[in-house]
Amino acid sequence: MKARRWLPHPLLSVCLLLVWLLLMNDLSLGHWLLGALLGWAIPLLTQVFWINPPRVHKPFKLCLFLLRILGDIITANLQVAKLILGSTAKLRPAFVEIPMLLEDELALTMLTSIISLTPGTVSADLSDDRKMLLVHGLDVPDPDALVAEIKQRYEAPLLEVFTCSPT
Amino acid sequence: MDTWIEALVALFLLIGSLFALIGAIGLYRLPDFFMRLHGPTKASTLGVGGMVIASLIYFSFRGEGVSLHELLITLFLFITAPVSAHMLAKAALQQKLRISEQTRGKPWEQ
Repeated sequence: MKARRWLPHPLLSVCLLLVWLLLMNDLSLGHWLLGALLGWAIPLLTQVFWINPPRVHKPFKLCLFLLRILGDIITANLQVAKLILGSTAKLRPAFVEIPMLLEDELALTMLTSIISLTPGTVSADLSDDRKMLLVHGLDVPDPDALVAEIKQRYEAPLLEVFTCSPT
Repeated sequence: MDTWIEALVALFLLIGSLFALIGAIGLYRLPDFFMRLHGPTKASTLGVGGMVIASLIYFSFRGEGVSLHELLITLFLFITAPVSAHMLAKAALQQKLRISEQTRGKPWEQ
């Protein structure tokens, strides 16, 4: 309990340290210390603003998932490039509603961002009760297949990593 | 600097600018606002990515040690691009912008 009070978000602290080191482009001891100080002080000072700290249950799985997203982003770019250069009259754009199982705010933010970054989809709106997500697809031959793909490929791993949903 | 490193830098710069160009073409060609939104969110991430890799290689081989802070550009881009796209889409929904006739499904009213 005490450790959590003095280091509220260990993962955030590590991220801040890494970002600081990258920002300075310098791996000397001084910057490690300064980065560690910032990584410790910033989460502590902003603690009040964090509504409920998200708990990551499987960090390793999260890393694998992020790597796969990176691969998906590259294929998404190639696909969208092909669609843009092809005939625009043949495109089948669609609005698709996807029911959400995630409840945690950070996990939801991640999912909507991932949807925006990956194959031909942009998340357009979240319903007021956070149960439905409106997604616009650039070329959707089969809306149901798109919903199934997003749920299985992106939502399921996030649910597993953040096990925050009652399901 | 070796010729082949210069060639590699040039290659990544070309890939990056090619994708930025495709994003811009998409912005010009696609028929309605929501479809145009796809160009900048996706094609441009790889555009910036290619240029970032080129810069990374160039500065790492200049003899001043490894340079990695370009990676932060990618990180911040991945955080901000979806958010701005989402805000634009929300604004467009509220303004009830014209939607291309090919579009199936309708945005909800709330």
